[in-house]
Amino acid sequence: MRYSGLKVITEGLFGNKGWTRAWRDPAPKAEYDAIIIGGGGHGLATAYYLAKNHGLTNIAVLEKGYLGSGNIGRNTTIVRANYFIPGNSEFYSHSLKLWEGLETELNYNVMHSQRGQVVLFHSDGQRDQQIRRANAIVNQGDDAEIMSVEQLRAEFPYLDYEQTRFPIYGGMMQRRAGTARHDAVAWGYARGADQRGVDLIQNCEVTGIDVENGVVRGVQTTRGPIRAKKVAMIAAGRSGQVAAMAGMRIPVESHIMQAFVTEGLKPVMDAVISYGMGHFYISQSDKGGLVFGGDIDMYASYAARGNLPMVEHVMEAGMTLMPMIGRAKVLRSWGGIMDMTPDGSPIIDKTPIEGLFIDAGWNYGGFKAVPASGWCMAHLMATGQSHEVARRFRLDRFRTGHLLDEEGTGSQHNLH
Amino acid sequence: MRLTCPLCGPRDRREFYYSGSEDYLNRPTPDARPEAWDDMLHLRDNPAGVTKDLWYHETGCGSWLLVTRSTTTHEILATERVADRKGAGA
Repeated sequence: MRYSGLKVITEGLFGNKGWTRAWRDPAPKAEYDAIIIGGGGHGLATAYYLAKNHGLTNIAVLEKGYLGSGNIGRNTTIVRANYFIPGNSEFYSHSLKLWEGLETELNYNVMHSQRGQVVLFHSDGQRDQQIRRANAIVNQGDDAEIMSVEQLRAEFPYLDYEQTRFPIYGGMMQRRAGTARHDAVAWGYARGADQRGVDLIQNCEVTGIDVENGVVRGVQTTRGPIRAKKVAMIAAGRSGQVAAMAGMRIPVESHIMQAFVTEGLKPVMDAVISYGMGHFYISQSDKGGLVFGGDIDMYASYAARGNLPMVEHVMEAGMTLMPMIGRAKVLRSWGGIMDMTPDGSPIIDKTPIEGLFIDAGWNYGGFKAVPASGWCMAHLMATGQSHEVARRFRLDRFRTGHLLDEEGTGSQHNLH
Repeated sequence: MRLTCPLCGPRDRREFYYSGSEDYLNRPTPDARPEAWDDMLHLRDNPAGVTKDLWYHETGCGSWLLVTRSTTTHEILATERVADRKGAGA
């Protein structure tokens, strides 16, 4: 079924009886050309682009829960392309371009809103660094502008510009950045993949990966064994357990990151604001809630909930940035399981096992990467070659020293 | 979350700095191959369940602790000083 404004109106007039399910609920077949482990944003996008760009439709996405039940439904929905180092910058640039055409592409309203994102700076050194970053982004063909304090005051009058600890010196604005409806991204890709013949199999947990003589043969699942010549591990925070089924150790440690949302308010902020010194970022959802988050809790965890010290830290950071937030009531908070790599950058690569691929290590930045991650992973699985914009996301880069350390803080598990 | 320091008793998580997995205790010999260093520094079992990791009692006694805990419930199962372990270096 094709969605359109006209369809919404006609269905509204006739009791909404004509809507059908957005995707099928097939039973798993005995064999596929390719299997994707993980029905989250990255897995579903990979399935979609395998079918759309490479004509590979005899594939299955295996999801242990329901589609989109992991980090795609637990993030702060920010979409941006303000990366600096080669290897990252072209990848996120590609992703943002895919975002801009995503709703037309999928015929699905993902509520992508290019409301802009500003990264604040608080010292002369930070200003220099942001100007350098902005120049690099502009030279690449993307957009960035440096805003003075006066310009910021006009647009964001509610920030505390003269706070004693981190007075605001200015900010780097990317107008094409913004937010999107996170679940809808998973649903849109799921529907698009299903329409092209991909089997989306829910409640199907992979319990083993069959490897013979260094070649992948298929997987064992709670719904029986399934054979395939190509298997992709796209399991985000659970990547370590999935890789262990293939006898692999990978450079990933899973950490919690917490996020928060307030009760719905009238429109108060129309852009995303990032306050790096407080490890704090905030935007307002279309429903009115202020959505904000902080840094990871900084210890390995799968609990999907954090501890109170970080809650306190995030609230304090919010108060120092925009004191008016103290009037809002927090509606809920939650934690996601972040697949942290030592250098803070992701992995899209083959593994030493033939036919087995991995897409993991998205740290706390996986949401904006979903379209390009799917695009590049599909390219890798279909052609056997890394896509040009993802060629540095190597699994072995920590051993070889080809790090992608965007923050410039080093390559150790507790640094990002 | 509270960790029990063998010297200081039960203390708030904020007194401790998290270093990472116990892999850091298995330092390769200087002539080891790069793969051994990659194993220690980067590759992880990353278990969902009981894990052992290193915490530094930064605002307490300054001990390095080996903490046995659950990554799924945040329960602390045991703590010991790295220095008290058999065969620990000076």
